[in-house]
This record gives sequence, structure tokens and C-alpha cells, in this order.
Amino acid sequence: MLRKAQQLFGLALATFAPVLVAQESASEGSQQVLNMPVGVTTVANQVYDLHMLIFWICVIIGVIVFGAMFWAMYFHRKSVGHQAEHWHESLKAEITWTVIPFVILIGMAIPSTTTLKELYDTSEADLDVRVTGYQWRWQYAYPETGVTFLSELVTSQDQIYNLDEKGQFYLQEVNNPLVVPVDQKVRLLITAQDVIHSWWVPDFSVKKDAIPGYITETWFQVDEPGIYRGSCTELCGQGHAFMPIVVHAVEQEEFDSWMADKQAEAEALAALTSQTFTLDDLMARGAEVYARTCAACHQAGGQGIPPAFPALNGSSVVLGPVDGQLDVLINGVSGTAMQAFGALLNEVDLAAVITYTRNAWTNNTGDVVQPIDVFNYAQGQ
Amino acid sequence: MAHGPAKGISRWLFTTNHKDIGTLYLWFSFAMFILGGFFAMVIRAELFEPGMQLVRPEFFNQMTTMHGLVMVFGAIMPAFVGLANWLIPMMIGAPDMALPRMNNLSFWILPPAFLMLAATLFTDAGGPNFGWTFYAPLSTTYAPDTVNYFIFAIHIMGASSIMGSINIVATVLNMRAPGMTLMKMPLFVWTWLITAFLLIAVMPVLAGAVTMMLMDINFGTAFFDAAGGGDPVLFQHIFWFFGHPEVYIMILPAFGVISEIIPTFSRKPLFGYSSMVYATASIAFLSFIVWAHHMFTVGMPVGGELYFMYATMLIAVPTGVKVFNWISTMFKGAISYETPMLFAIAFVILFTLGGFTGLMLSIAPSDIQYHDTYFVVAHFHYVMVAGAVFSMSAAVYYWLPKWTGRMYSEAMGKLHFWVSFIGFNITFFPQHFLGLAGMPRRYADYALQFADWNMVSSIGAFIYGASQLLFLYNVIATIRSGKRVSEPKVWEGANGLEWTLPSPPPYHTFSTPPEVK
Amino acid sequence: MSSEHSSYYVPEQSRLPILMAASLGMFAFGAGHWVRVGMPAFFLLGIVGIIATMFLWFNTVIRENMQGLPSAQLKRSYVWGMSWFIFSEVMFFACFFGALFYIRNLAVPWLGGEGHAATTEEFLWPGFEATWPLLHTPDQAVNGEAAQFLGAHESMSFPGWSNLLHWLPLWNTVILLSSSVTVHFAHHALKHGERAKFNFFLAVTVALGATFMGLQVLEYYEAYTHMGLTLKSGVYGTTFFMLTGFHGAHVTMGTIFLLIQLVRSFKGHFTNDDHFGFEAASWYWHFVDVVWVMLFFFVYIL
Ligand code: HEA
Ligand code: HEA
Ligand code: CUA
Ligand SMILES: [Cu+2]
Repeated sequence: MLRKAQQLFGLALATFAPVLVAQESASEGSQQVLNMPVGVTTVANQVYDLHMLIFWICVIIGVIVFGAMFWAMYFHRKSVGHQAEHWHESLKAEITWTVIPFVILIGMAIPSTTTLKELYDTSEADLDVRVTGYQWRWQYAYPETGVTFLSELVTSQDQIYNLDEKGQFYLQEVNNPLVVPVDQKVRLLITAQDVIHSWWVPDFSVKKDAIPGYITETWFQVDEPGIYRGSCTELCGQGHAFMPIVVHAVEQEEFDSWMADKQAEAEALAALTSQTFTLDDLMARGAEVYARTCAACHQAGGQGIPPAFPALNGSSVVLGPVDGQLDVLINGVSGTAMQAFGALLNEVDLAAVITYTRNAWTNNTGDVVQPIDVFNYAQGQ
Repeated sequence: MAHGPAKGISRWLFTTNHKDIGTLYLWFSFAMFILGGFFAMVIRAELFEPGMQLVRPEFFNQMTTMHGLVMVFGAIMPAFVGLANWLIPMMIGAPDMALPRMNNLSFWILPPAFLMLAATLFTDAGGPNFGWTFYAPLSTTYAPDTVNYFIFAIHIMGASSIMGSINIVATVLNMRAPGMTLMKMPLFVWTWLITAFLLIAVMPVLAGAVTMMLMDINFGTAFFDAAGGGDPVLFQHIFWFFGHPEVYIMILPAFGVISEIIPTFSRKPLFGYSSMVYATASIAFLSFIVWAHHMFTVGMPVGGELYFMYATMLIAVPTGVKVFNWISTMFKGAISYETPMLFAIAFVILFTLGGFTGLMLSIAPSDIQYHDTYFVVAHFHYVMVAGAVFSMSAAVYYWLPKWTGRMYSEAMGKLHFWVSFIGFNITFFPQHFLGLAGMPRRYADYALQFADWNMVSSIGAFIYGASQLLFLYNVIATIRSGKRVSEPKVWEGANGLEWTLPSPPPYHTFSTPPEVK
Repeated sequence: MSSEHSSYYVPEQSRLPILMAASLGMFAFGAGHWVRVGMPAFFLLGIVGIIATMFLWFNTVIRENMQGLPSAQLKRSYVWGMSWFIFSEVMFFACFFGALFYIRNLAVPWLGGEGHAATTEEFLWPGFEATWPLLHTPDQAVNGEAAQFLGAHESMSFPGWSNLLHWLPLWNTVILLSSSVTVHFAHHALKHGERAKFNFFLAVTVALGATFMGLQVLEYYEAYTHMGLTLKSGVYGTTFFMLTGFHGAHVTMGTIFLLIQLVRSFKGHFTNDDHFGFEAASWYWHFVDVVWVMLFFFVYIL
């Protein structure tokens, strides 16, 4: 199927051969960028086949329709002295070309219906994952184990602004991918915190909108272990193109050990919270967090993009009392892209990034904010 | 002055003449087309290669949004209203539009509205950045505060469309010359009658939608806020209840134009006139009950999903009837290929391609994969650029000799056609591949595997864009120095009342109504 | 006259539309400016312009009418125009009724975990009960008193037979329905050239319209002061005020519209068979009336 399709698309391409020559040489990646991926789940395969089926039906109809048209265009030209006839009614014809398409459509509707029912059957899942969209990052949570983490773009702003060589997975790489076991039916419970996002992984043929205040459900079951990449497909503001999705499908035991590690990590973090760090440690960790989580809006140099995204360099909040800044970071600023990061980052990262902003660029306050301070502030509320 | 136009600017400001107002509409819409196209050029230039080069993502979103808004509300709709103004009275043998003063009003409220809309781009909060579909809550709670100007601009555009449509309906139903029965009307008049009905029906719904936004933003209501018991998806239902008929509002008049041109250059009467009328009517009817095919991924109950899929697929049937009838009209005719005919034929081919992709999109399970990718972008540019815009070019070349009494240069016309045709396909055909391969729309930047096709598409876009300058040149050259046409019937194959009038027609057409047998 | 030999009156050039366009532009910009930076000056300027132009415009049309310029055909154009305008108004209200039905029958139940949305209630709005009228918002279910949307403690719905007579909407219904009857009598009277009777019934209609508005204002006052029912109290307040509010606005316009006809009648305008101004106003009035009946059922009773 796929091969056939590509040949046909190839034909279509012949129409702009000149451009093609230019671009074939450009890179060899191009051949794959023609058709829908076949997919790695049974549902995805079904969807692919459906797609190709409808495609071919349209091709055939097109050949017939345009065939007739080109015939007329060639043989019934005035320039070859063809005389116009004058008939302009035929009930028979009208009825035929009303009925035939209708029948064809019924033919299309039947497989579509069964596949759609498949896609919607979220019953008896083996594993639930809660997916929450934020401007502009995804949060994944496993209700059973309580493991929760953020998944954020790691492509550097430098790569995006062409100051640095673009990596192989430019805009398709994240710090913490979603990890799922193979051969298990995974049910996603999708929602959003701010605006509507949409969670799409082409290889699973899963695309569901994340709607604030409502949970939409979908599911997939991967057969092959592997790394699968997707994107946010509902316009959600300036970071829309910068909140990719990466899914690791792994064997069950690998999944279990990963889950165990994650839980351990969480405990370790809790321990860290009570620890005190040196300014340098915090600055180092803060720099990472800042680059990942803050730079997209407030910019690497802290100059922001006023008025939507205020500058942090020399900002009164950052240079002002620590509690003020804690409040903004932990509770967010409603109605703006500034989230309540209290729910998104752990105390250590919060402490680190606050310390960083208070000492980076020209903000040389020398303040050190420890995780415990963050913790206490949060408790104090 | 009674029998000729007034002198100077006052002619245009105070006019009640359908031809003057038609001209105003046409030039305004072309200006908007240039503006919207310019935004498109910014989009294509930014997408020329991966990485951010020219603009910031925030501004890119404003470009995408303004491009969609300006093209839909500023270029296509006024263009067809302009055609209607020029042609309908001449085609049905009326002295003018039914309500001439309101006619002037419905044009002149447009420029302020678009001025206000475009001006928001220069405020420091920026212009609308939430897509031409302005989904809540991105367009409410999270919108720049200039959204308020956007809201009232939309209100004004809606008012303009409603007044324009009321005028057209009143004209068609009430001003036909004696003997011009409904079933004798040219198909262009029919398609506009039905379009006007669609407009009057859905524009108020759009007004309702933006009013709800206004309330949610400024007065604490909860239409689109779950915390108060509302639902963001409600916005999408309301928007698309307007939005889907809207897309047919942009194509039905085009169908009308094509149904005038193809018979003329095939020298053969339009095949299946009455079934064309019924097909148009059923397309209009269906357009009211299919809206949620734009929302297959919002998590509707599966029943609703299935219903909207079936209903949407049905539209292929009446549309097919139209396509088949056009082809039958050409069949066994004596076809010649002047510029209008070239555009008309390109319309039939490319619109049908766009229709096919539309049909693919209507299949809910596979739309899961297509939705909000460049496959959709390709679909609607095939139906709207190769549909609406090509039909406008065809219409202009077809009636320009009638309007101005001067003939355009066939060679230049053909050049414009071929450059547009090739440029268009280079721009938008590759976008099918991009979409299928997984490139989402409204992306300011994209992964490396999409680089090649985006570059191709951008090059095509510049070619197509440049070809529009050619169009502008042709029109002006014709008006200023085109070779004069003497006879009323410019095209030998043409028939219809407008061709019984001298070219250019007198300032006041049919002040005494003609007899139609 | 551009049309001595024309059956159809095509007016000369006119300055009215461009004035109106300018006013409307100013109005729109002013409105946006007002809600954005809280400065109503431009808005008011626009309003003044619109009213002034309308006044001039109607004067012109009426004058032309008195001169008998418009043919029967032009009058038919007016009839079509008015009917289709009313149709557009119908669609505007349809939009808000549609929103009401969607919220009542789909959105709120889903938030309460019905149908396919069990997890929505479980994870996002634990403890939220879907009810209509919605007095306890999902927001309250989760955040209690800290909620942004605090539901009303009382709804406008049918209060039970016992205090039926203290129920304003009922009286409003009676008033508006009877006003529809009186306007019909007025029309009848006019057709039979009974001018005094016409003036009387028209006056009564206008009075009833005004009373209705009075009661509506009273009802809103009640809602805000005693029931805690405001625009901000979740979707119930939202739908209630938006639907009744827009209806109220239309009643006001209709009343003014009728009042103008009354004034004209005193000036001696209208004849038995030619009085479109009044007919248009009365159609509009009947339309407003029908909308109210819908409101009465779907907003107040059910
Ligand atoms: C002029 C405007 C126009 C027209 C005419 C159409 C025509 C159609 N459109 Fe399109 N559409 C848009 C403008 C238009 N569309 C726009 C602007 C969007 C995007 C909005 C946004 O999100 O920004 C969109 C998006 C859109 C979607 C949503 C995609 C998504 O976001 O996921 C869908 C889904 O069903 C759809 C379907 C259709 C269908 C079935 C038709 C049918 O009318 C096509 C019918 C025609 C044919 C089928 C070809 C001729 C028929 C035959 C030759 C007969 C035989 C054929 C068969 C039996 C197959 N369109
Ligand atoms: C009928 C309406 C219409 C028309 C005519 C067009 C015309 C064009 N559109 Fe389209 N477009 C839409 C309606 C339309 N569009 C809509 C509704 C959307 C969705 C918006 C959204 O997602 O919210 C969209 C979105 C859209 C996108 C996707 C943006 C995104 O998802 O981020 C792209 C990208 O390529 C695009 C490109 C183009 C191009 C290249 C043209 C060309 O045809 C334009 C050609 C015209 C000109 C270029 C102007 C004339 C010439 C000049 C100005 C001289 C200067 C020229 C040069 C410098 C070469 N459009
Ligand atoms: Cu998140 Cu787009
Ligand atoms: Cu649609």
C-alpha cells in the first residue's frame, strides 16, 4: 500500500519537476515526508488503511471525471472546428450521478464507522495516565503510583534562533518523556490548565484536545518498544510549536524499574528539600531550570518581551522581597501565561531558579533562597 | 447630474449607484487581498527554513490570524458582494439595487472596521493572535486586551454583510423585470440569493459568539469557563455553526460565476439548469447541519461524531452534481480558451481536488490524523484560493470589457493565468505531504524533516504572490488603455441581459424595465 | 429627478449613509476603547452620531413618502427588508438559546460526571452536583467560598403556586401578551381609519412596553440585592441576564419605535392603506413578544 501510494504521489510531483530537482538534492529525508505514517498500533494501521482506501477511491473518481473533462477539452475545441450541440437536459444522467456517488459514500461510511468505534473504546484499560497541558509544557501523572513530572522542550533557544547548530531532533526532544509499557492498553485522561491544547502522536493515531475544566479520554496500545514523537496541535499561544510530545514504549519490567526509580527520585527530592545548598549549586541548577522553563518567555538575557512577558533583569519583583517573588512563582498570575509553578516544579528547582534570577545578569543581589524557604512559604499559605 | 455620476470624491462617498458601489467593493476587496497576501508572504518567508528568522512566534501568530481574517472577511466576501452589486441589477433588468442608500452604508462601514482591526497590530499588546477561529479561552481570558477592538470590528463586518444580503434578497425577490421568473434567472443570481440567505442566517450567530466573548472578558460571565459551569467547546459549536456555512458563502457565488462562464466559452447552454439550482439549495441546507466536522478531536460522544461524519459526507453529492453538470456543459460544445475560461477550467479541476481532500477530512477516524495539520491548510486553500480567488479572476476578465468598454490583453491575461496556476500548485500541493507527514498548522517553527517541502511551498507562494501583481497591472492597463469594444455582446457565446446593454453600460441601467420572453 | 421615466424611485446621492458609517465606526472604536481603557467619550460620540443620523434618515424617508415618490414596488422592498432584518434578529436570539440548551443539557451534566465524563467530575470537580438552575458552581464545589464564581442563593424559576402572584415574570408575561393584542387592535383601527382609536391603542401599547421595562428593572434590582444573582454567579446568572437582557434591550427599542409612530400619527401621517412605518414597528413588537414567550418557558418555568 505505502509503496503504491508513494509512486502515485511521485507521479503527482512530476508536475513540478524543476523544483523537485532542487529539493531532492537538498536532503534524502524528503521521501518519507509524503504520506501518513503506517503507525505502530492496530488502530493506527486501520486508520492508515482507511486513509488509503478513501484516497484511492478519490483517485479513481478523479481519473474518470477529469478524463471526461480532458476529452471534451481536447476533441470539442472550436479551434478544431467542432460544432456545438444544443442538448442541455437529461434527467437520467442527473439521477445516475446523484445515485452513484451516494452509493460510493455508503461504501466509505461502513469501514469508517467500525474504525471510529475502535478509536473510542477506552474500556478496560490496564494503565491510566493523566495528561495536563500547560502553556507550554505537558505534565504526566500516574494516579496508581502518584508519580508526576513535567515534560518540556530541551532544544535550546540558541538553536531556535539560529545561533547554534540544529540537532537531529530539533523541536522534538523533551527532558522527561512519557514512559509506557508495551502490549498494555494505556488510557489517557487529558485536560489543560490554561488554554486548549491537543495531544497528538501520529504513530498511535491518537489526537485529543486538552480542554480546561473537562477531561477527554483516549487510548493506545503499542506493540513495538520504541521512541515515538508528536506535537501539540491546538493553537495555544506563542509556545504552540514548542511543546512537543515524546513517548518511550518499553518492556514491562523496564517500565516497572523506571517507575521505581521515579518514586525513589521523588523521595530523594523530599530529602533534598531540607538540605541547604551553596550559591553556586543553586545557580548551576537554576540556570538549567531557567533555560528550560522560563527562557521561552522571559528570554535568556532576562529582558523578556514586554508587555506580554515582563523583563526579569532589573525587575522590581525579582529585586524586591523574596516573598513577593515566591508568591508569583508559586501561585502564578491568573489570566497570563505565568503559571502557578508551585504545582509544576519541586521546591529545589524553585529555590534554584529564584536564586538564579536574583543573581543572574545585572541582578547581583547575592540573595540565596533555599528549598526549605520555598517549602515553608508554601506551607505558610 | 441626474443622469451621470457626480464629479470628484463626492461621487464615491455619497453614491447610491449600484455600479459605483460595486466598484468600491471590488477595489476594497483587492486592497484587502494584497494586505492579507502580504501577511501570507510574511508567514511563508518565516517558514522558508527551520528556526526563527524574521519574526517572533508571538507575531507569527498575529500574522496567521490576520491573514485568515483579512482574506475571509476582507478579500473574498466583499469581492463577491461587489460582483453582486455590479451584475445582479443588470442580470435581472432592474434599475438599481432595492435599497440604494443602505447599499452605500453597507460598504462604507467596512473600511473603518478593517482599519480598526489592522491598527491593533501596532499597539504594544499586539493584534489578535488566536487564529481566525479565535477559540476561547485563548481569545478571552488569555487574549491581549486589543481583542475588544477585534470584537467590535467583527460586529461591524457582520452588520455590513447582513445589510448587503438583505439588499440582495430584496432586489432579487422584488426587482426582476417583467417575465424574469425565478427559474429564468442566471445561475449567478440564484447562487447569490441563496448565499444571501446563508449570510442573514449565520452572521447574527457570529455576532452572538463575539458578544459572549466580550461578556466573558469584561463582565465576568462564564459562557466558556468550566469553573462557572460553562464550556470552552460551546464556543467552537457556535463558531462553526457560523463558520461552516461561511465557507459555502465563499464558494456558492463562485459556482455562479463558473456557471456563467463555462457555457459562454463552450457555446452551449448550461447543462441541467434546474438541477444546478436544487444542488445549490441542498448544499446550503446541508451546510447548517455539519458544523462539528471541524471538532472531531474535542471528544464529542461517539454518536455525535458519527452523525456529523455522515452528514458531511453527503455534501459530496450535490457538489458532485455541479461538477458533473459543468463537464457535461463542455462536452460536445465548441470550446475556446480565453483567459476567463482558463480560470474557470482550473477552478473546476482544483476545486474538485480540494473537494476530495475535504471528503477525506470528513471521515472522522482519519481526520484524527489530518486535523490541525497542513493537510487541512492545503484543503482549504485548494477550495478558497483555487476556488474563490480563481473564480474572481475569471469573473473580472469576463465582465471587465462590459464594465469598462475596454478589452484586456489576452496575452497578459494568459500569462497571469499560467503563473498563478503553476505558482498556486507549487505552493499548496506540497502542503498535503507536510500535513500527512505530521506538520501541525499555526506553527512558527518546525522539525527538520519538514524543511524541504516548506521551502518549495514558500517559493511557490512568492511566485503566486508576484502573479497577483500581474493581475493588478492587467486590470489597470485595461481600464486606462485597453482596446475599445463597441458591441454590447463582447463574447459571441454569451447570453443574459447584461450583454444586451452597451459596453460600458449607462450610469443608470434599465430605468425602464426590459421585456423578458 | 433621476427617474422621471422610471417606475422605481432611485434616490439621488445622499450624505446620510456616510454619516451613519462614520458614526458606526466611531461607536465601534469607542466601545472597544471604553471596555479596554474605561474611557466612554468616543462611544458616546458615536451613539449621538447614530441617533442624529437615524433621525435625519427617517425624516428623509418619511418626507419622500409624503411626496409619494416611492412606488408600490419600493414599498415592497421595505417589506422584504424589514422581514429579513427580523429574521436576522431571530437567529441572534437562536444563538443565545442554543447556548442555554447546550449548557443546561450537556455541559453542566458533564461537569457533574454524567455520560462519558465520569473522570471529569472525579478528578477536576469532585463533589460537584449537576443541577438546573445552577446555584452551586463547580468552582464552589472545589474552592468553597474562595471561588471566583459564587452561585446565587435563589433562582428566578417558578416559586410554586402559593406565591404565584408575587412572581414578576408572570406579570411581565401578562403585560407583554396584552400589549401584542392592543397593537393589533391599533392596526385594525388604522385600517378602518378610526384615528382616535388607533392613537389610543397605540398609546396603551407603548405604556405597557414601558411598564414591562419598569418591572424588568425591578427584577434585576431584586436579583442583585436580594438573591445574589449577578452576571458573575456562574452560567445560570450568565444565561439569565444575557437572554433577558437582550430581550429587554429589544423591548426598549420596540417601544421607542412604536412611540415614534404615535408621534407621527399625531402629526397626521399614515393613511388607511399606507402606513408601513407602523406595520414594521408592530411586526417588530410581535417578534419581541414571541421571544419573551420562549424566555418565559425556557428561562423561568423549565
Ligand atoms: C470555500 C470553502 C470551502 C469549501 C467549499 C469546503 C468544502 C468541503 N470541506 Fe472544507 N474547509 C474550509 C473551506 C471549505 N471547505 C476551511 C476554511 C476549513 C478550515 C477551517 C479552519 O480550521 O481554519 C475547512 C476544513 C474542513 C474540515 C475540518 C478539517 C479539520 O480541521 O480537521 C472538514 C472535515 O470534514 C472539511 C470538509 C469539507 C467537505 C466534505 C467539503 C465538501 O463541500 C467538498 C465537496 C466536493 C467534492 C467531494 C468534489 C466534487 C464531487 C464529485 C466529483 C462527486 C464525486 C465524489 C465523491 C463521491 C467522493 N473542511
Ligand atoms: C480565501 C482566503 C484565503 C486566501 C486567498 C489565502 C491565500 C494564501 N494563503 Fe492562506 N489562509 C486562509 C485563507 C486564505 N489564504 C485561512 C482562513 C487560513 C487559516 C488562518 C488560521 O490558521 O487562523 C490561512 C492560513 C494560511 C497558512 C497557514 C498559516 C499557519 O497555519 O500558521 C499559510 C501558510 O502557507 C497560508 C498561505 C497563503 C498564501 C501563500 C496565500 C496566497 O494565495 C496569497 C497570494 C496573494 C498575495 C501575495 C498578495 C498579492 C501580491 C502582493 C501583496 C505583492 C507582494 C508579493 C510578493 C512580495 C511576492 N495561509
Ligand atoms: Cu499547546 Cu499548542
Ligand atoms: Cu466545514
